Amino acid sequence: MSEENTIETVAELLAHAKAIETEAHDRYLELAEQMETHHNLEVAQLFAKMAHIESLHIEKIIERTGETELPHIPPWEYQWQGREAPEAVISVDVHYMMTPYHALKLAMRAETRACEFFSRIAASSTDPDLLSLAQELKEEEEEHIELLKAWIAKVPKPEDGWDDDPDPPILPA
Amino acid sequence: MNDVPATETTYTARDYKSDVKPVWCPGCGDYSVLSSITKALAELKLPPEDVAVVSGIGCSSRIPAYVKTYGFHGVHGRATALATGLKLSRPDLTVLVTGGDGDGFSIGGNHFLHACRRNVDMTYIVMDNRVYGMTKGQPSPTTEPDWDSALSPGGTGLRPFNPLGIALSSGANYIARGFSGDPNGCAKLIVDAIKNPGFSFVEILSPCVTFRADQKSWKQDVHPTPVDPTVEIGRAAKRLLTDDGFNIGTLYVGNREPFALNLNDSPKKPTELENLFAV
Repeated sequence: MSEENTIETVAELLAHAKAIETEAHDRYLELAEQMETHHNLEVAQLFAKMAHIESLHIEKIIERTGETELPHIPPWEYQWQGREAPEAVISVDVHYMMTPYHALKLAMRAETRACEFFSRIAASSTDPDLLSLAQELKEEEEEHIELLKAWIAKVPKPEDGWDDDPDPPILPA
Repeated sequence: MNDVPATETTYTARDYKSDVKPVWCPGCGDYSVLSSITKALAELKLPPEDVAVVSGIGCSSRIPAYVKTYGFHGVHGRATALATGLKLSRPDLTVLVTGGDGDGFSIGGNHFLHACRRNVDMTYIVMDNRVYGMTKGQPSPTTEPDWDSALSPGGTGLRPFNPLGIALSSGANYIARGFSGDPNGCAKLIVDAIKNPGFSFVEILSPCVTFRADQKSWKQDVHPTPVDPTVEIGRAAKRLLTDDGFNIGTLYVGNREPFALNLNDSPKKPTELENLFAV
């Protein structure tokens, strides 16, 4: 976890961008499996779709990297501002009865964190190549946010009592 | 840990994950701990066939099924005993033990003490959620005395077990605490724990979102420990006196020689073993 931007090269930023998309992909896949296991198939499919989208983003980063050799960064040395890669949905925020609306809202928060991450790099970079790449990545995240907004608008909001479970795991106190 | 083989093979965390899908509740902290373990193994470049994960019983004890290393899902509370036997007979393996607070500190409390005391080279990762989740929410040894629930009305009133304090006083050679919401930080602790010779103990606060929904606030409660790890037991003990239970980081790094057997003197054939016990 880092408070300051210590990313100084294009290769370092690409390594971070690749890790951001990879961690987001892995988390969505994990959440899709969780929801499938708990018979919430609608949300499972949505998370699987998000994982697929993230895999396309990973490919894009790899393509953009080209011949550039990326540095190996141990997981705990990434310069995130939070404890996890910014685009990974916070796993403790999910619920086994969540709806697509909730899932998309979580995805939106994740994309917003990623956008803030790249904005921070862009704001503090003096290297023109680094600044340009950070700006480009930020704009891509902004596009994703707009797409998610449109998606959320098409999805019904959850009704009151969406988490009512006639056979709850917890005994009433 | 054992020396990393002189190979250029690199691994990713995915190389250590099996095809078995976890059945934990959505949002369970154990998913992140599984991820931390696989990330740590990848960073250490340990071939999966050189690693064994041993567990007891409980939600978190299912981890051996979810990794591609060797695994043993053993008897309730006996994971450290099983792992001790494995490590002594197969010192070439890197041995991890995984489990929960009930398995490790109640049913396996005695084994925990003696695993620390023996100081066999292995790493014990306890996913502490302060509740028996698999059996639907009974208080565990680390549950707060005033935790009020349908199964413990008014709370147990019992003083919680202090895992780090017990580990320190019993002789563990590396002691740390992590938080599942910081999977990369936990990966670092696990790497350090595996690398440090002897018995390493890592407590990972891992919320049970189903039976302890109040633990969702842990992400605000945890904080990095403000001090560096110490090699002095007295200093570590003093730090524990002011520990609020949410300090994250390494507490103690010891330099005690791990216990190991001289396998050259061990019987090689069953008949030789029988002769040892012949009356």
